[in-house]
Amino acid sequence: MRFYRAHVLVCAGTNCSLKGNRAVREALIREIEGKGLGEEVKVIETGCFGLCEQGPTIVIYPEGVLYCRATVEDVPELVDSHLLKGRRVERLLYREPTRPVAVQTVPELDYFKKQVRVVLRNCGIIDPDSIEEYIGQGGYTALAKALAMKPEEVIAQVKASGLRGRGGAGFPTGLKWEFGRKAPGGVKYVVCNADEGEPGTFKDRLILEGDPHAVLEAMAIAGWAIGANYGYIYIRGEYQLSIQRLERAIEQARRLGLLGQNIFNSGFNFDVEVRIGAGAYVCGEETALFESLEGKRGEPRIKPPYPTDVGLFGKPTVINNVETLANIPPIITRGAEWFRTLGTEKCPGTKVFTLTGDIVNEGLIEVPMGITLREVVYEIGGGIPNGHKFKMAQTGGTSGGCLPEALLDVPMDYDQLAAAGSALGSGALLIMDDTHCIVDVARCFARFFLHESCGQCIPCREGTLQLYHLVDGITRGTGTRQDLELIERLSRTMYVAPLCPLGQTAPLPIMTTLKYFKDEYLAHVDSRVCPTGTCRALATGHAAD
Amino acid sequence: MAVALDKLSPDLREQRLREVEAAVARHRDKPGALLAVLKEVQGILGYLPEEALKKVSQGLELPLSQVYGVATFYTLFNTRPRGQHIIRLCESAPCHVQGAREVLEALKRELGIGPGEDTPDGKWSLELVSCIGVCGVAPAIMIDDQVYGNLTPDCIPGILASYR
Repeated sequence: MRFYRAHVLVCAGTNCSLKGNRAVREALIREIEGKGLGEEVKVIETGCFGLCEQGPTIVIYPEGVLYCRATVEDVPELVDSHLLKGRRVERLLYREPTRPVAVQTVPELDYFKKQVRVVLRNCGIIDPDSIEEYIGQGGYTALAKALAMKPEEVIAQVKASGLRGRGGAGFPTGLKWEFGRKAPGGVKYVVCNADEGEPGTFKDRLILEGDPHAVLEAMAIAGWAIGANYGYIYIRGEYQLSIQRLERAIEQARRLGLLGQNIFNSGFNFDVEVRIGAGAYVCGEETALFESLEGKRGEPRIKPPYPTDVGLFGKPTVINNVETLANIPPIITRGAEWFRTLGTEKCPGTKVFTLTGDIVNEGLIEVPMGITLREVVYEIGGGIPNGHKFKMAQTGGTSGGCLPEALLDVPMDYDQLAAAGSALGSGALLIMDDTHCIVDVARCFARFFLHESCGQCIPCREGTLQLYHLVDGITRGTGTRQDLELIERLSRTMYVAPLCPLGQTAPLPIMTTLKYFKDEYLAHVDSRVCPTGTCRALATGHAAD
Repeated sequence: MAVALDKLSPDLREQRLREVEAAVARHRDKPGALLAVLKEVQGILGYLPEEALKKVSQGLELPLSQVYGVATFYTLFNTRPRGQHIIRLCESAPCHVQGAREVLEALKRELGIGPGEDTPDGKWSLELVSCIGVCGVAPAIMIDDQVYGNLTPDCIPGILASYR
């Protein structure tokens, strides 16, 4: 093993790779070699660090100095000043909007102070293409520990942790595993749902890019717990980098005997295959995902039977989201009691959120369940940029609800957000400032569901079409008060009638905008005025009282 | 533009169809391999013509209706020849609020086509798609497999020029 006096970590997540991280990394290596530092300093590509807006981000250890928005032109100065002379490059340090002075090192960042990294424990820290670095961080010890336990004990541990499905539904993971274990049948499957399609969500992508082995390890543990020897990862075709890193991780794990036959000499066999989707939001619904894996149109099945009884290829199947699975290894190694010290009583643990829209720190964060929207937006997210005012936050992606400023103090977990009329969902947080028109945004939501409805059941196929036309009409200045009533009536039907959650949640974002921003709708229908000037067919300005 | 199968020379056409048969044969024993097969076939031909779908149907012993149903269900599959490069613009809410509409207008202006259309020279196709999961750098587009983020209308001419 070689020792280095400094490690230069360059984020290689998708968001940073769009900002030229590769060129920066190559320039760093060239410059370091050129200065004769190749034996002393190591450059490592890591997964996402979280501060996507500031990319490409570089962290230099042992001090943990964070540099942001570095370009190829900055590289000679960085190497000469920081790595040779030991002087920090002030102008590339991160400046938090809340403080006048530049942040020097990672632990000082306000951005990280409220974060607790369980799922993202390795993201931005290890080289995701190196199984050795994962093992160096304690990787695969949870699998070893689980294989020394009885499957029932593993399930009991997961049940006791209170972990709930992070894909959005919040179903207790341990209970799902128990159903899978108890289902009769010789052949069973573990499926990882990596078909992340909820608008505003990119957490699973960045988990897989940053720490692919965590998911493989957890799938093997799930296989042992329920009695399955084969797992599938269903991932969307657009996630090229995640697919590459997963394929490489699977090869490495097979080579070291951590996947395949007789893992840890336990007699347990488990292997994993990656299957790639072809573009359909509805395939994130578990039974539609099975249909797609079986080579069919991704049309949801009627439930019951539930997947743990009749799942993939008609066999009992446990299907878990990427983030859910990434929680499993720490629960096994550190125990359910530890996990319960995080989050709320009914929703223990952390939640990964993706911050998008009008917020200073767009990116990826992980916080304890129960944190308030206000803390996330203002303390971690850095507030609203360009001097604008907060207007609303949509939680849970496009299938979640929109919350106004008055609800900024709602604690965010599955139950409390549902009680507020919204949803935690996948953890997407879309922040909008007061320059955006609420009806125009509602039209965008309606269009999404119209586009993504699979067309199988009538309430969704026709309902999403009618919802779109109604909202679209309001943005074009042809809407009436009757249309608003019709939206409400149609929504009441759609909450219950469609076959799957796609149709059932389609009205939620629109109904919450109507509930909390009714005046803005009324300005559109009564006065033919769009207060923000977004809807071009209408007059701009404030509606007459 | 992907050349339509019936426009190829007879030799080339035969050769491509043999490649399709080989791709089908490679996946024959895998359960539920239809999506993977169609992806490969589209890689060979550029799109999924009826003749290729028939070969897939015979090779995998699946009804042609199922093969056609799958080929038309997923947005990444095309049953007609498309442009040499497909531009996919995300129209979901996070991109929408960050200015996707203006980026779309720039694309329409530069290419002279609207969503769902192809340029007459066969170089470009334009599509509107749902979230592609790079919302941290919204608004975003994908050109083939390459993602471009943090776009403004001014970025568009330069990006398009890099493909010339």
